[in-house]
Amino acid sequence: MATLGIDGTGQRLLRRLNPGPGGWQVGLATVATIGVALGLSALLIAVTGGSPTASTKALYQGSMASPAAWSTSLLYVAPLLLVAVGACVSARSGFFNIGQEGQVLIGALAGAWVGLRLAVPGPLLLVLVLLASVVGAGIWAGLSALMYRFRGVNVVVSTMLMTFLAQQLISFAVNTPWLLQESRLGRGTLSPQSNPVPENARLTSLGEYPNLQLNGGLVLAVVVAVVLALVMARTRWGFRLKMVGLNPATARHAGVRVGALGGIALAISGALAGLAGALLLTSPVGTNRLQPGMSLNIGWDGLLVALVARNNPLLAIPVAVLFGVLRAGGSFLAATGVPSFLVDVVKALLVLAFVAPPVVIGMLRRRRLADQPSTPTSTPTAPPAATAAPTPTAPPAAAASTDPADTSAPVAGSAQAEPAGSTAPVPGPRSTAPPPADPGDAGNKDAMEGRLA
Amino acid sequence: MSAADNIATILSSGARLTVPLAFAACGEYVAQRAGTLNISVEAMMLGAAFGSIAVASATGSATIGLVAGALVGVAVAFVHGILSHRVQINTFVVGLVLNALVLGLTSYLITVSTFTGHQVWQVDIPVLRDIPIVGPMLFVQRWPVYLLLAVIPLTWWLVERSRWGLELRAVGENPQAADVSGIEVNKRRRQALLWCGLLAGLGGAYLAVGEVGSFNQNMTAGRGYLVIAAVIFGAWRLGRTLIGCVVFGLADAMRLALPALGVTMNSQLLIAAPYLLALLAMLVFATTHREPRALAQPFQRGTT
Repeated sequence: MATLGIDGTGQRLLRRLNPGPGGWQVGLATVATIGVALGLSALLIAVTGGSPTASTKALYQGSMASPAAWSTSLLYVAPLLLVAVGACVSARSGFFNIGQEGQVLIGALAGAWVGLRLAVPGPLLLVLVLLASVVGAGIWAGLSALMYRFRGVNVVVSTMLMTFLAQQLISFAVNTPWLLQESRLGRGTLSPQSNPVPENARLTSLGEYPNLQLNGGLVLAVVVAVVLALVMARTRWGFRLKMVGLNPATARHAGVRVGALGGIALAISGALAGLAGALLLTSPVGTNRLQPGMSLNIGWDGLLVALVARNNPLLAIPVAVLFGVLRAGGSFLAATGVPSFLVDVVKALLVLAFVAPPVVIGMLRRRRLADQPSTPTSTPTAPPAATAAPTPTAPPAAAASTDPADTSAPVAGSAQAEPAGSTAPVPGPRSTAPPPADPGDAGNKDAMEGRLA
Repeated sequence: MSAADNIATILSSGARLTVPLAFAACGEYVAQRAGTLNISVEAMMLGAAFGSIAVASATGSATIGLVAGALVGVAVAFVHGILSHRVQINTFVVGLVLNALVLGLTSYLITVSTFTGHQVWQVDIPVLRDIPIVGPMLFVQRWPVYLLLAVIPLTWWLVERSRWGLELRAVGENPQAADVSGIEVNKRRRQALLWCGLLAGLGGAYLAVGEVGSFNQNMTAGRGYLVIAAVIFGAWRLGRTLIGCVVFGLADAMRLALPALGVTMNSQLLIAAPYLLALLAMLVFATTHREPRALAQPFQRGTT
């Protein structure tokens, strides 16, 4: 490799284009499973007396048919993308954050508090609102990191439980007059919501292209996605992050401060979810008020976006567009007699369609390798000698490493952490031996591919 | 209404709110002891609630509906088991997707179809129900409540006294060692999930054909997560888990009853209390290492 330094970019490009062993199979299988997912959705519509073609048309009209429809779709894309990028960061580090739904709300709460309480002129207020949401939700997610660091509390569980705390916190804030509940002049009951944030704390659209409105939030989200993609793929910090995700014990032996790094990743993911909450508050997607239901399940959906994008922030951009389009189209479905809940079904099936094929094919390949006569299945799999002592912990589940863009990182010392495609032996001639009883358990050396998410 | 009547009302509504939690908690307890932190318990309960009403409406029998609901729970568990413990997709990913899928599917189906309501019959023991305060709570309930009295000792026996339970706990504590001694780790986990699905399904079905008599959109409303909180609050012991369920059920009953009694109390705090208690329990128990060592860690041979 050393002599190829002159043409590093070309090499990288080639490597990126090469899908690696099994890559084409994964691609084909994904296309097939997407077909199955869409087919099942169409079947569901047909069985319940709707028309699949009419529904598809409605979805298209609500989301993509006109510039106005695109504007609506793109309004959803921005917060979805921010949540997804944050989820990518935390999932890469193995500190799997599933509390985005709550972090979105906390971000909105912090933003609303600043926006309604600080009398700051001009666009400075908007900046402060966004900053407050980032800081607030970052701290909220950071609490989970602290609980892990000092008491060993499982991060998934604590982020999940804190989602429900966040929901009640918002509910309390908008039901309590001295906190954020709306102040109405005259009589009438007060609704559980805050006052709308002032005009100068709102994100407006950047220029008018006949009817198409590009909200400032979208630009912000895309910039964040690109920056974080670069940071994760090109910096030492990003490499360490991946190392921690793939094998925390190896990373610790290599001198990485696992707890601190994971905590930062968790806080970043929370902060980005909080920023998404601020977008929901300040962009014309809702009513510009803090409301208990204002998160619109963006937190859960953003997590699904990250799963489909295999924890790659750049891939998350088109996936977020897809999810935004489905969301915007869903509101048009009702007119055709098909409930908009259909969109939720389609989304969940699509996620399965994207997530399953690489894992299944990786499993089948491992099984074939284990069946080869030249590779006795009973060989104990000692880790490479230089890496580390045998480690007691299995790697955290969420480390996906199907991103070929990252193979350029210098992974000399940790063969275990190397991504798929570079260590895996080429599958040999097929064996006719029957498969092992439980394919998931087939012993082999490249089980560390980490294709878990 | 005297004070005693009020207490009796709260207790008996607390008992009714506890029952679905307790069913599902028995299942989730088994799953977690096997090392699989199953978050699709929400999907199991919701799917079962829908399935029980759909089948009860079709057959006209609430009992058949209850059984069908339990089977829906098992079906969700089967899918979860295959995806996360055979194909080895991250179990949280599977759980999230299943929760989203079942929520979307049941919401969709309940919007496009109409079902007639059905309810299983109520046990009403003539003399005993007149015992002050605890009478209505213990002796006027739908019959699946009394099934719970069989499920709890059975679960305890399965986990703590049977060979299968011993292997199950080994799988949850140290899958590598269990594997070496000839136990099929992922198979045990799938079996634990099936048991979880059966009981969570019973809990969800009880909610629909037992308690309410109908199904509405997102009927379980996060009860599955409450069950997970209960198991954590119970520090992975069956008895304490069930105490957690009772506490959560009573908190819910008080939230519903207090406004009618003219007592103002912070309802948000009451709703949040279970999650707060579970978090505090985790913080407190962290040093005592109560949780199964391999909780939420996937097992693949050769990847220590």
